[in-house]
Amino acid sequence: MSEPTLHAGPNPASLGSAQPAAPAEVDSTVEAGLELKVRSQWTYARMRFLRHRLAMAGLIVLILVFGAGIFANYIAPYSFEQIDLTNVLHAPTLTGHHVFGTDEIGRDELSRVIYGIRTSEEVGVFVALVSTFVGLVIGAIAGYFGGWLDNLLMRFTDLVLTLPALVVLLTVAALLGEGSQWRISLILAFFFWTTVARVVRGIFLSLREKEYVEAAKAAGGGDLRIMFRHILPNTLGPIVVSATLAVALAILTETALSFLGFGIKPPTPSLGVLIASAQNNPQDWWLTVFPGLLIVIIVLAINFIGDGLRDALDPQQRRVRA
Amino acid sequence: MLTYITRRILFSIPVLILSTFFCFAFVSLAGDPRQNLLANPRFSRVHYHMLAHQYHLDVSIPVRYWYWVQDVFTHKLGNSLLTSQPIWPDLTRVMGHTLQVIVIAEVIALVLGVAVGIYSAIRQYSFFDYTFTTVSFVGFAMPTFWLALLLQIAFTDIYLKWHVRIFYTSGLNSGVTSSTWSIDRLQHIALPVMTLSIISFAFYSRYMRASMLDVISTDYVRTARAKGLPERKVIMRHVFRNALIPIVTVAALNFGALLGGAIVTETVFSLDGMGYYFITKLGQLDVYAVMAYLAVTAVFVILFNLIADILYGYLDPRVRYE
Repeated sequence: MSEPTLHAGPNPASLGSAQPAAPAEVDSTVEAGLELKVRSQWTYARMRFLRHRLAMAGLIVLILVFGAGIFANYIAPYSFEQIDLTNVLHAPTLTGHHVFGTDEIGRDELSRVIYGIRTSEEVGVFVALVSTFVGLVIGAIAGYFGGWLDNLLMRFTDLVLTLPALVVLLTVAALLGEGSQWRISLILAFFFWTTVARVVRGIFLSLREKEYVEAAKAAGGGDLRIMFRHILPNTLGPIVVSATLAVALAILTETALSFLGFGIKPPTPSLGVLIASAQNNPQDWWLTVFPGLLIVIIVLAINFIGDGLRDALDPQQRRVRA
Repeated sequence: MLTYITRRILFSIPVLILSTFFCFAFVSLAGDPRQNLLANPRFSRVHYHMLAHQYHLDVSIPVRYWYWVQDVFTHKLGNSLLTSQPIWPDLTRVMGHTLQVIVIAEVIALVLGVAVGIYSAIRQYSFFDYTFTTVSFVGFAMPTFWLALLLQIAFTDIYLKWHVRIFYTSGLNSGVTSSTWSIDRLQHIALPVMTLSIISFAFYSRYMRASMLDVISTDYVRTARAKGLPERKVIMRHVFRNALIPIVTVAALNFGALLGGAIVTETVFSLDGMGYYFITKLGQLDVYAVMAYLAVTAVFVILFNLIADILYGYLDPRVRYE
């Protein structure tokens, strides 16, 4: 199929780079005379990442927030379903027992938010891991071998792109979701893998013609060995970046689905569920504000980390401005 | 050019058929819409089975799909399963409402986004640039429904505290009937418009900035400066006009997707638009109404994809359609 070349525009993937790219890494490692410390690409990548201030800030925030979610049992002051009928719809106080206030049957909002973080992080990480793995394998096979699988992959992506993602997800979730966290995660993963697959396919497609692949073939390397030992490492940078951003996208999508009533359903305390159930008491702002604030913080932190990773791992994508 | 358009349209037909078929199967399998009718004690069993026959619920899904396709062309998308009312008048009504909201929102977002994007790019790393970078990062991280809810809560509070009605927080009109362009209508759609334009603005301003920076670093801009053109002329004539090309196509794509309704925003504000219609009908498992919506939305997306491609080729003579 002939499509117009749309590559003249800016790369949408690099839109998010708020932090100006650090000036290109100069080998300034001359120590004690003329000795050069040998450093691998990964060392350089790690150094670039550690110097990315916004990414480091995002990482610290994310560790704190996700840590709270993981250790919800120990950190949350109450259980997410403990009812306190003497304190119904209590406004947030800094001095009282309920820092984030309580809902209409007196459940502690702070505890519910912390358990909600746990649900959201589980969904985000699960979707990112599964979709990345599936996308990696299918993209690699499609890009390396081409043929019917390649065709199928591209046609499937076209299919998914015909309708807005949310519309398709809502339709599928209405049938298969059943309000269960793992079913929703699987549905999301099923729609997310195509992005990774397309990226991996593109890289495989261009690298399989390279001389070093030919050399590996001449040396007697099998297809699998060439795919996974010779070509795959070149895709790791973009994949790590897209997997990171997939966590954020999955969390945002899950909360939207749950809010509309087609995602996770109560009693599971997802951040989206909390906001949805807050609509019974629209006057009590804290029930809406706090879960949403946590979503913004999580997604913002992940996006910053993703940017830092892109700058560190994918130097070609860096916008080096003189 | 004409062959290109024809080929694209022909190519989109199988995609359209497949995507509507899958959605049809999903919605049909999700459950029996007659369940709700059974709750009515005056509803007879005989009628129940008659309905099944009348709406072809008793045949297999591919056959039902075929009946549906016939209905689409002979009866203007057919009748609703639950109300037995024709779908077309409902759909045109909600489309009008959606159109009004998104046209206003997109125009505001585009004008502001392009202006801010230009200024951010020519004053890169200035206070102005950093401010709006922060704004768009928060915009990216914010769930749409949460932003809509915050606006709703804020304006409800204003009304309850000071008894001033600035904007209404739900619905389309105060009375039963209302003209499309009354003060009352504008007061109703102001908050949905605000929500949508903030989200779109975050994207457009960022995109425009990146696009401008791309063009500023090209050789022909350096040439323009070198031959002594005033900076204003360089920016407006050489940079701005070229930087606008990608954003025009992106705006066309975005507009096509939004024609399917801003599902989340319309739901929050109970706005009688496409998205709200879809969510309501999906909740009731009204297959034919949902399918009518999906078909119309898919056609919009495909159409605007085509428009975007043609626009791109028209604006950028470097693009060739083979």
